[in-house]
Amino acid sequence: MGEQHADMPVAARVRRLEERVIAAGLATDEELDLVLARLYAGASPVNGARIVARAWADPGYAQRLLADGNAAAAELGLAETVTGYRLKAVANEPGRHNMIVCTLCSCYPVSLLGPSPSWYKSLAYRSRAVREPRAVLLEFGLELPEQTKIAVWDASAETRYLVLPDRPDGTADLPEDDLAALVTLRGLIGTAAV
Amino acid sequence: MRFAPGTLVRACVPDPDHHTRLPRYVRGQVGEIIEAQGACRLPDDRARGIAPPREEMVYAVRFPAAALWGTGTHTVTVDLWESYLEEAG
Repeated sequence: MGEQHADMPVAARVRRLEERVIAAGLATDEELDLVLARLYAGASPVNGARIVARAWADPGYAQRLLADGNAAAAELGLAETVTGYRLKAVANEPGRHNMIVCTLCSCYPVSLLGPSPSWYKSLAYRSRAVREPRAVLLEFGLELPEQTKIAVWDASAETRYLVLPDRPDGTADLPEDDLAALVTLRGLIGTAAV
Repeated sequence: MRFAPGTLVRACVPDPDHHTRLPRYVRGQVGEIIEAQGACRLPDDRARGIAPPREEMVYAVRFPAAALWGTGTHTVTVDLWESYLEEAG
């Protein structure tokens, strides 16, 4: 369990569940730690940002990314990172904004985005994102033009979604590494423009 | 693949007495098939320990917010197993 959650009430509940699992002989403490270590090894929004930066720099790559997210991730050496799920990238463009949620739990491409933010797992985000996304985005500080269409993606099955933000103006001369540095975790989920 | 992209489908209404991944807010609502995502094991069977679980095509289905909530101009796309859906005709 991540150390940043050690003082949260849920931590004690998780630990009690772990103890039941261990007592039942289903797994050992070491095995549980190993599962989490594997899950989080290399899991970072830097991975998602690299994919976005390449898509901005190379329109051909952007096309391949939108057609087959897993194959496009593999092109950047992320085949092992994007495994166990189907990756679907959805592109923002002028007049269209995408936003990701999992209303049933908190499905999310951890390996590409790093551990999910607590708000992503909150009941408030999960229930309101599908019902009043424009109001939710406003609370995140993102005010979209009235005519911009919002597409919400509820990751309720085996596909994990990644938002491809629209490339910011004034970045035509930036190298790919600098482009990647512009991309934020919230941009990859769709609660920020970039 | 039972439903081609563009097909209008209705999400099932009945509430099963077991685990399901059909969100309640789309039940009975009509949406449009956006894409078929490939076959996946049915969570309703997996959760009940039914071996082997059924494998079914999963579809991305887009619902207009106005149909779901009576208001709103956005869309909500939900990934749903084939047996959760019927053709809306």
